[in-house]
Amino acid sequence: MNVRRLLARPELGSLAGVLLVFGFFAFVAGDRGFLSARGTLNYLEVAAQLGLLAATVSLLMIAGEFDLSVGSMIGAAGMALAIPVAIWGWPMWAGIGLAFLVAAAFGALNGYLVVRTGLPSFIVTLASLFILRGATLGFTRWITSRTRVSGLHEFTTGDPLAPFFSGDPLGIPISVWWWVALTLFASYLLFRTPFGNWIFGVGGDPKAAHAVGVPVARVKITLFIATAMSAALLAVIQVLDTGSADVLRGELKELEAIAAAVIGGNLLTGGYGSVVGGALGALLLGMVKQGIFFTGINTDWFKVFLGTLLLAAVLLNNYLRKKALEAPR
Amino acid sequence: MTPLLEARNVSKRFGPVVALKNVSMRVYAGEVHCLLGDNGAGKSTLIKIFSGVFPPDEGTLLVDGAPVRFQSPKDAMDRGIATVYQDLAMIPLMSIVRNFFLGREPTTGWGPFRRFDLKKAEKIAAEELEKIGIHVRDVHQAVGTLSGGERQSVAIARAVHFGARVLILDEPTSALGVKEAAVVLRYIVEAKSRGVGVVFITHNVHHAWAVGDVFTLLNRGEQVGTFRREETTREEVLQMMAGGEALERLEVELAEFARQERRTR
Repeated sequence: MNVRRLLARPELGSLAGVLLVFGFFAFVAGDRGFLSARGTLNYLEVAAQLGLLAATVSLLMIAGEFDLSVGSMIGAAGMALAIPVAIWGWPMWAGIGLAFLVAAAFGALNGYLVVRTGLPSFIVTLASLFILRGATLGFTRWITSRTRVSGLHEFTTGDPLAPFFSGDPLGIPISVWWWVALTLFASYLLFRTPFGNWIFGVGGDPKAAHAVGVPVARVKITLFIATAMSAALLAVIQVLDTGSADVLRGELKELEAIAAAVIGGNLLTGGYGSVVGGALGALLLGMVKQGIFFTGINTDWFKVFLGTLLLAAVLLNNYLRKKALEAPR
Repeated sequence: MTPLLEARNVSKRFGPVVALKNVSMRVYAGEVHCLLGDNGAGKSTLIKIFSGVFPPDEGTLLVDGAPVRFQSPKDAMDRGIATVYQDLAMIPLMSIVRNFFLGREPTTGWGPFRRFDLKKAEKIAAEELEKIGIHVRDVHQAVGTLSGGERQSVAIARAVHFGARVLILDEPTSALGVKEAAVVLRYIVEAKSRGVGVVFITHNVHHAWAVGDVFTLLNRGEQVGTFRREETTREEVLQMMAGGEALERLEVELAEFARQERRTR
């Protein structure tokens, strides 16, 4: 890989951002625990939970679509696991299976509606954001007469599936392991398989992609299933970690995931980007979120940083992308 | 010699509008067949029939002398008939090599480990670009870094590489400057010399005359005629095009307008 090709990579801006933010907090809060192993694991875990979503949201964004319902899906999938296990006494594997099944079915429905109606996915998934959150609240209250199901540790401790979704193997939170694995897999899929090439084509110009034989609808629906499934994965990890599920869990996560993907250099209109960029975007947000805490600045200010970062990142990425397109020969 | 592709007395209606009426056309290997006519002459309808977008209402389509009925553009592609549309040729933000193989990626490995063979793709793309005289430093640079003419040429090279025997080019030069158009025209001649039958749609008679062996003129869905290059002249072709008539009329009108201008001043 030559230098020029390296400079044209979509994640370049976010890499610079991560180094800058890391440097800033290391300088300002390095002696207050930001650089300690605990501090590092702390922001890595926050980044990982967001990064799980950012990986699939990036793929979908490159394919030219949004999924605003992933946040609601976190709450829904959590309940789809917690209610059957805690209330109806299902075995854990069945509860986890149901959570993923609900997610896959709803993701497929999202994708099908977008492909079939031709409406912007922004609108379709905005509708699912409300419907899914409302349905989760409605069903949960109807079945349990509360909005929270807790005490799951009683059922999950000692279950053979528990080590896959909870604990800290080798001292690192399980979510970080999943984040790294999912990012590597999605990145491999994007850059090294025919399906990945189709993702770029579908996002770049669906008509042109269709004209050369790319199954545009299938690619999109598959990716909507993927975003919903990654939300379910995060929900399962959270439920097993905290031992509870809450109908409000995951609120606004969809916007944070989109922010991470955009900071990572993914083009909002599709056709350009990378999964590693989305992961760096998540890392950046995780670092800022936890870093502020170490500096002693009131964490109320986090969202100010988030918004400013987002704007700065998009401007930088736009500039870099333009440079890539006017590359001399 | 049997034509690679033939339309025999085809007609097509859209509701009350007759888009094509009793048109016949033969495309031979190693020949550039120009399809000329003004907007609304029926050129697009005819090439859409050729490329399998929709079937004719009447008449027959023949490939290698045998009647066919295409169900989809893919059917036509499978029979070696490739269409390069002006606006759908390439995706600017994707790299040259990814564009070139989009939808037909070479793979290596098996089962779940089957992956996009980028090494092979890079090699082929670089070779094909070299063949058409486009020199790029890196086949991974975005297609957006190529000029419009180069993009069209790469799209044509792609169609030829994937086994097109008949190449239908829908106005490949119309959005290009003079130098750019020359790049594409040169490549049309090259594809022809490789034995490809080319259908070249244009309303620029100069471009048509530069590369054409046969000229079919359409006007309002009807076939004005089909002429071999040696039977006609450029001026004659220009006159026969509806565009030629319009040009004459325009000249008269402009002259009249100029006279009036002078008088009022």
